[in-house]
Amino acid sequence: MENITKPLILSSSPHFHSRYTTEQAMKEVALACLPAAAAGIWFFGLQALFVMILCIAGALAAEYLCRRIMSKPVTLKDGSAIITGLLLALCLPPAVPLWIAFLGGAFAIIIGKQVFGGLGQNIFNPAHIGRALLVASFPVQMTTWSAARGMAVDATTMATPMALMKTGAMSQLPSLGQVIIGQVGGCIGETSVIAILLGGLFLIFRRHVDWRIPTAYLGTVLVLTTVFGTVKGYGMMYPVYQLSSGGLMLGAFFMATDWVTSPVTKKGRLVFGLGLGILTCLIRFFGGLAEGVCYSILLMNILTPMIDRYTKGRIYGGSGKEGKPA
Amino acid sequence: MKYERKTFPGGTHIIDYKGFTNSLETVAAEAPARAYIPMSMHIGAPSRPLVEIGEEVKMGQKVAESQGFVSVPAHASVSGKVVAIHRMPIPNGRMVDTVVIENDFRDEWLTPPRALPKSDVEAMDGAAIQAKVLAAGVVGMGGATFPSHVKYVTPQDGKKVEIIILNGIECEPFLTADHRLMLEQPEKIIAGLKYLLRMMNCQRGVIAIEENKMDAFELMIKLTENEPQIETVVCMEKYPQGSEKQLINAITGREVPPGGLPIEVGVLVNNVATAAAIADAVEWERPLIDRIVTLNGNAIKKPMNFRVRIGTLYEDLIAQSGGVIGETVKIISGGPMMGFAVYSTAIPVMKGTSGILVFNEESHVLKRETEGPCVRCARCVDACPMRLEPTTLMKAAKKSDWARAKEYDITSCMECGSCSYVCPSLIPLVQYIRLAKQYVMSKDGNGAVNPFLM
Repeated sequence: MENITKPLILSSSPHFHSRYTTEQAMKEVALACLPAAAAGIWFFGLQALFVMILCIAGALAAEYLCRRIMSKPVTLKDGSAIITGLLLALCLPPAVPLWIAFLGGAFAIIIGKQVFGGLGQNIFNPAHIGRALLVASFPVQMTTWSAARGMAVDATTMATPMALMKTGAMSQLPSLGQVIIGQVGGCIGETSVIAILLGGLFLIFRRHVDWRIPTAYLGTVLVLTTVFGTVKGYGMMYPVYQLSSGGLMLGAFFMATDWVTSPVTKKGRLVFGLGLGILTCLIRFFGGLAEGVCYSILLMNILTPMIDRYTKGRIYGGSGKEGKPA
Repeated sequence: MKYERKTFPGGTHIIDYKGFTNSLETVAAEAPARAYIPMSMHIGAPSRPLVEIGEEVKMGQKVAESQGFVSVPAHASVSGKVVAIHRMPIPNGRMVDTVVIENDFRDEWLTPPRALPKSDVEAMDGAAIQAKVLAAGVVGMGGATFPSHVKYVTPQDGKKVEIIILNGIECEPFLTADHRLMLEQPEKIIAGLKYLLRMMNCQRGVIAIEENKMDAFELMIKLTENEPQIETVVCMEKYPQGSEKQLINAITGREVPPGGLPIEVGVLVNNVATAAAIADAVEWERPLIDRIVTLNGNAIKKPMNFRVRIGTLYEDLIAQSGGVIGETVKIISGGPMMGFAVYSTAIPVMKGTSGILVFNEESHVLKRETEGPCVRCARCVDACPMRLEPTTLMKAAKKSDWARAKEYDITSCMECGSCSYVCPSLIPLVQYIRLAKQYVMSKDGNGAVNPFLM
């Protein structure tokens, strides 16, 4: 036949692809982070924006250097380092010194991701590894909270709702409205429940995130805090404040749902969320810290391979029972 | 009117690209100057040539006899002279003995197909119908090309066929051959289904059509109104809805056990085109010598649905349609999800050829990029219609970890390609799995030898 000058391309089926790539997915995740980031900048000022920029810069620089040192292809283009930097910034206090932010971004990439071999290989959520390292290294800077714009306080620093609940000071809690819009002390991107939900629901709608993880996580926390609040006599609103304060919302929608470090099976995701809820509550109720989201997620990350193994589904036509490794 | 849309768990939505040809009436393609009849147009033992070089043959004359039970005869699709019997490539890349007939363009039938008297047809029992189906060389025309008469053997172990499903799903993008057949010859399909029901002494037939063919569905609903045994259902538009196992699940809720046949859950599935061929075989004693082929792809100037004589070369058909645009870089036999990329255009249309897709460099759907690392997004797990974990299987394949591959049921993979389609890291998952599966199923991998892979 004319019009054929080169050998025809041979490849095995399928010859078709959805054209949907990791880069596109990363762009949409970044888009989903925007409401929370914008809320952070609104409530904590330009300082919050600088923290984000420095975290991302640290992540990108570390990613570039690691790949060069390892003589591997440089993978800045996939956008995952930007996401890691941004997510880290969202869970840092707004007043954190900028050099610490930069260091955190670099930590997250080097220790959290590249030492394991890069994208897809890491065991722990890189952003939370960055945060955990910073909390351990700079405890003072990492627990100094600035007041949010419009808060009626005379000091520049203040206690977060989490710290207030830890000490049982329920009467000093801000109004529920303030908690929902994010006009409270806390990390840059974790205070505004409404902004996080906006981004989180977008991720679920676009199927980047399985609804199972946030639902199981938040559901477990709701049940346990209701029980705990009733026992302690903290009142009806205690579970609501627990759900909407601290890093829980951000963690449930953006951190626990990280593809690489969460289970791939559907049942596994429910188990994962359940485990997260239990650990978070244990730390919040009985631990030495006011907040437990970051450590719960890191701990459950360790269990991810095992959860996957024990929640292997029944295949089409298969007779084996679910949830048993062969 | 609203209908319940049936479907199966898993699967993925694929852009269907059917708009080019789904409203184009089927056009009879010119008979080729030479017809190439391969001896292996079906799964099973190749047929044996019955003719010699130089022999005159008539249209519909048997030129090859089946060898063994899982085998069918082949018939001349033109009248003329046998000029050669040689090996040539077929769409899946294998070399097969082929009878070459030079067309005298007289289209003389050996016995011109004529409608048998109605009473004769009605008097036929299952065995008589089965004999007619075998004599006409009917195979599964959806692409699997399994000899039809074999499927309809009465099960020995007391199993009963409760439902016969006609597959009018055609879930592969681009292809509209079955769609056109359902619109243009629906009576034939329904008649074919009735013979299938009679053959198996079965009381329930279901015609399943995907929702992107509502015109065919509504027509079929109307025509089966007064057929108490036959029900027409609409299925959700989803890939691979037309896969036998998924279709059975969508319609009956049953699941075929791994490695088992549909008969084990009391079901038989046939393509609508096969049913039409069976009606031809029973009512007209007409052998299977032509079929509908969709010609499309971005390089084709005028996409068409052709009724093509078996043995017409791809290049003849492409030239007839009005030629190509630009430099042809890839040709796919069948659909883009499970079809074969062919290395030559001198390949004959066979009984299972439902489409020919021709692409030039500008085709964005064929762009190939390098694979990235797995990010465990689990899109493949969600898409797998067999509920396997393609990512786990792919990793086992890469590490030659055959034990892990078996543990995760690699042999249940039917290679539909959904996982590769959705992977955002562009990992050719099913290609890795296919490789590992062939090894696991080979003697070295301690599996039984799969005759279909030999």
